[in-house]
Amino acid sequence: MKRAVPTFWLLVIFTLPFWLQDQYVLHILITTGIFIIAAMSLNLLLGYTGQLSLGHVAFFGIGAYVSALTTLGFDVELFGGFRVVHEPWPAVAGFFIAITIAGMSGYVIGKLSFKVRGAYFVIVTISFAEVTRLVALNWVELTQGPLALTNIPPFTLGFPGLGNYTLWDKTAYWYLVGVVGLVAYVVIGRLVNSRIGRAMIALKENESLASSVGIDVTHYLVLAAVVSAAIAGGAGSLYAHYIKIIDPDIFLFIYTVTMVIMVITGGKGSLAGPIVGGLIFGFLPVIVRAFAAPAVQWILYGGLTILVVFVLPRGIVPTLQGWIASRTQSESARAGLSWAGGSKSGDAK
Amino acid sequence: MAGEVILSIENVAVQFGGLVALSELTFTVCEGEIVGLIGPNGAGKTTAFNVFTGFLKPTSGEVRYRGTLLNGLKPYEIAGLGLVRTFQRTSVFQNNSVFENVLIGLHRRGRSTLWDTLLALPREKIAEREVAGKAREILALVGLESRAAELAGALSYGEQRLLGIALALAAQPSMLLLDEPVSGMNPSESAKVMKLVETIRARGVAILLVEHDMPTVMQVSDRIVVLNYGRIIAEGSPAEIQRHPDVIRAYLGEGKKRA
Repeated sequence: MKRAVPTFWLLVIFTLPFWLQDQYVLHILITTGIFIIAAMSLNLLLGYTGQLSLGHVAFFGIGAYVSALTTLGFDVELFGGFRVVHEPWPAVAGFFIAITIAGMSGYVIGKLSFKVRGAYFVIVTISFAEVTRLVALNWVELTQGPLALTNIPPFTLGFPGLGNYTLWDKTAYWYLVGVVGLVAYVVIGRLVNSRIGRAMIALKENESLASSVGIDVTHYLVLAAVVSAAIAGGAGSLYAHYIKIIDPDIFLFIYTVTMVIMVITGGKGSLAGPIVGGLIFGFLPVIVRAFAAPAVQWILYGGLTILVVFVLPRGIVPTLQGWIASRTQSESARAGLSWAGGSKSGDAK
Repeated sequence: MAGEVILSIENVAVQFGGLVALSELTFTVCEGEIVGLIGPNGAGKTTAFNVFTGFLKPTSGEVRYRGTLLNGLKPYEIAGLGLVRTFQRTSVFQNNSVFENVLIGLHRRGRSTLWDTLLALPREKIAEREVAGKAREILALVGLESRAAELAGALSYGEQRLLGIALALAAQPSMLLLDEPVSGMNPSESAKVMKLVETIRARGVAILLVEHDMPTVMQVSDRIVVLNYGRIIAEGSPAEIQRHPDVIRAYLGEGKKRA
C-alpha cells in the first residue's frame, strides 16, 4: 500500500508524453516541473530549518547564468587587462558546474548568516538576490546585461559507443526534468528523514534546546543552505537550456515569492507539499488567463494564497495527511485496535 | 567527597550593566555527587547554569569541566564534553513525537555521514536501528515508553518535564544540570522524578540540581550550595544547611528581635 502511491506517480510521469498530445500543456508542465524543483529546494530551508530565504531565486539565476555561460563561452577582461577566455563546453558540464557554483554561493550565504536568524536571515537573502541581479544587469561584457544571453544550446547527452543525443523536443525535456526532480526529491527525502534532518528540525523548533543536547546548529543550517542552493542551481540550469534565453529579470523578487507561495500553500515541511503547491500555481495562470486580465490574475493569486493560509494554515498536504490519519485512527479505534496502531506509527521510523 | 573533581567554578562573576548577577562564585562538584544549588528567587541560580553551559559569558572567572576550560566554548561544544543541562521552563520539541524527541537528543550518538545518508548505505540503516533501540531504552528509563507515539506537546506538564530529562539523558551526559525539575509537579510526580535522579546518579552521572522544593533538595543532595544576591552564603551537608543562620535569614527574612 505504501509503495502504491509513488509507483502510481512514477507511472504517470513516465507515460505522460504518450497520452498527452497538447504540446502547450506539456510546455507548461516542463516549466512548472522546473519551478517545483526550485520550490522543493526552498522547502528544505523553509520547511525543515525554518529559515525563510527570500532571495532563493538568486541561486536559481546563478545556476541559469553559470550553465549558459559555460556552454556559450565568454571572453572577459578583468582588472588590470587580465583576460579570461572560456571556450564553449557541453551543456551537461554547464549543469554540474551550475550546481557546484550555486552550492558554493549557498555556503557563503549560510556562513554570512552564521549568527543571524529570522528577519535578519530574510534581509541577507533578499540583498544577495538584488546584488546578483545588479551584477547580471551591469556586467555587460560577461552577461550581455539587459540584452540577455541568447541561443543557449540544448542538452546533449553522450552515450559511449552509441553517439550523441541532443534534446530538441519537449518530450525529452519532460523526462530530463522528471529525472532531475526525482533525484532532488530522493536527496531531500533522505536528508530530512535522517539524523541530519532531525538536527535541522530541532534547529527550527527550539534552537537553544537543540544546542543544549550537542547539536551544532550552524553547521546544519549551512549544510541545508548548500544543498538547497545547489538544487535550485540545477533547476536554473534546466531552465536556461530549455527556454534558451535568459536575462537579468530571472532574478526578480516575484519568482522567489512564487516559490514561497508554492511551498506554503502546498505545505512546508512536507515532501509532497511543494509539488502540490507548484502544480496549482503552475497551472492556475493557464486556466485563469482565459477569462482574466493579467492584473486581475495577480489579484486572484493573492486572494487564493490568503484563503489557503487562513483555511489551511499548515498547507494542503499536511492538512490532508492529518485528516486521513485521524480517519484511519478513528476506524481502528472502532475496531479496538487504537493502541496497536498508535504505538506502531512511532516505531516505524 | 566521592571522587575527583568534575566541575570546578572559580571566582565566576556576571554583571548585566551595573547589576551584579553573580560574584565570587567558587565551588566544585565531584564525580558521582548530587549537589543542590538553592537560593531565593533572583539569587542567580539560573544565571549560574547559563554560564556553566555556555549560554552566557561570565564577566570574569573560570569554569572547568574535567580540566577543560569552558570559557568561550559554545553550548553544543560543552554538551559534547558531557556537561548537559535541562531548562527551567518545559523544553521539549512540541511538534514532534516523544520518540522523535529522544532521537533528536541522541544526535551525538549517531555516526552516519552525509554520504551514508544520501546513498542510503547499509551503515546508515544499522546506525538508525541502534539509535532507535537507545531511544526506547531511555524512554523506558524515564517511564514514558507507552507515550512514544504521542506528540510531545500533547503530554501533561509533568510528562513534558520527564521528557526534557530524557532529552538531556540522550545526549550522554557525564554530568547533568537540572533546573527545577519538579517545580509545579504534584507530590507523586516529584517523587518519581527524584527516584529517577537517584537512578541517574547510580549510573555514575554527577548532578547539579537547582530546586525550590526544600524537602526534595534536602532528601537527595549530598551537599548543598546556597546562593543569595549572587553570592554563596553557605555550603555544606543538608543537615548543616538546615541549621545555618544565614540560610534561615535569607529564606524567612530577619525575625523580630526578641526584646
